[in-house]
Amino acid sequence: MIEISHVDKWYSSAFQVLKDCTTSVAKGEVVVVCGPSGSGKSTLIKCVNALEPFQKGDITVDGTKVNDPKTNLPKLRARVGMVFQHFELFPHLKIIDNLCLAQEKVLGRGHDKSVTKAMMLLDRVGLKEHAQKFPAQLSGGQQQRVAIARALAMDPIAMLFDEPTSALDPEMISEVLDVMVDLAREGMTMMVVTHEMGFARKVANRVIFMDRGEIVEDAPKDDFFGKPRSDRAQKFLSKILSH
Amino acid sequence: MLGNFDFDVIRRSLPYLFYEGMTFTLTLTALSALGGLIFGTAIALMRLSGYKTLGRIAGLYVDFMRSLPLVLVIFWFYFLVPYIGQWLTGASRPISVGAFASSLITFIMFEAAYFSEIMRAGIQSISRGQPAAANALGLTYAQTMRYVVLPQAFRNMLPVLLTQTIVLFQDTSLVYVLSIPDFLGAASKVAQRDGRLVEMYLFAAFVYFTISCVASFGVRRLQSRIAIIR
Repeated sequence: MIEISHVDKWYSSAFQVLKDCTTSVAKGEVVVVCGPSGSGKSTLIKCVNALEPFQKGDITVDGTKVNDPKTNLPKLRARVGMVFQHFELFPHLKIIDNLCLAQEKVLGRGHDKSVTKAMMLLDRVGLKEHAQKFPAQLSGGQQQRVAIARALAMDPIAMLFDEPTSALDPEMISEVLDVMVDLAREGMTMMVVTHEMGFARKVANRVIFMDRGEIVEDAPKDDFFGKPRSDRAQKFLSKILSH
Repeated sequence: MLGNFDFDVIRRSLPYLFYEGMTFTLTLTALSALGGLIFGTAIALMRLSGYKTLGRIAGLYVDFMRSLPLVLVIFWFYFLVPYIGQWLTGASRPISVGAFASSLITFIMFEAAYFSEIMRAGIQSISRGQPAAANALGLTYAQTMRYVVLPQAFRNMLPVLLTQTIVLFQDTSLVYVLSIPDFLGAASKVAQRDGRLVEMYLFAAFVYFTISCVASFGVRRLQSRIAIIR
């Protein structure tokens, strides 16, 4: 579904954020990307739907080459859902309109159909009764669940999560993770940048560990948590699992 | 001392002052603000577009407009536009544009420069995550601007835009150089006809002051209401 091969990215000629990154996410697979901050994991995931450009290598999503100048990027992005660290709901629109905007303007769905779809998804994330509120009236966890529903409203073929729980208060993390676990169990293809190792243990098929722009380890979940091969991954794991 | 003044001249000239003068002033203000906002937004988008040449042209335009006294632009434009029109259409004689159209075009061009800076600040005040989220949903650049960025930028900047419009309302009085009867022009015509300069100019000042003051107060109230909604 997602093929990333030999991707290099420089912010300036001196600073390389991604070094020869190669990996893939198969249909229905859940891949967790972790690593210390500044390791390039968010940058990598943003390259997948071309929110970040990269200079070398190729990324293919469902057969479409992301870095081909002829690719219709809006069309491609409409098929890949993305959830951001800071939710990025549109603050000037009601929750329901946040969910309907892209359905109507991008997919060309009728208003009634969009509303039905939106309400179904809001119900699914447990926020049906908040449809007429504005994002600022919701808690962080609720906003992030709305953001997931907004992405799902586009009927994506895959979902990208960029540290979806990092900006949340601890007591709100689980309500977001629950939604993500359900999604994973339903067979959604997911690429998730997160430090939530509990989530990784529960639903991930593979774990990718990144450090200084490189993919240091790319292993099935059990191998990764059982016996990470690299020192850096071991160190990282011992730091975040020790408490 | 006030015995020498004839304040009745104000009452007698009220219909003329307001029906002709104030109508002209308010129409010019409203249309200039609207046009200035539309073109200003376009210029702001050009400057932020990432296309170097486009941005530079827009930047030069803004700098150029801001380095000239408004009176001078109004004056020159009035005399130049007929010739530019002649040149553009290939007509045999200068095209008569009329004082209103000429001053409206001038004000729109001038205000566009100021409004563009306000809108640019407004657009830059939106966090980069917003357009990223819109793009990630598949919205095109134009859709992202129209449905996500500009509505927020406009809302954030509304108080500043309105304050600039109040300044514009006062600046429209500069059309006196074209001897157009705007509110101030009308007042000064009556003043000179009846030899009541002090009375009329006092009254004009009072009217400008009152309207601007009330409008400023309204903007401040609006500002606090917007602040609560956010």
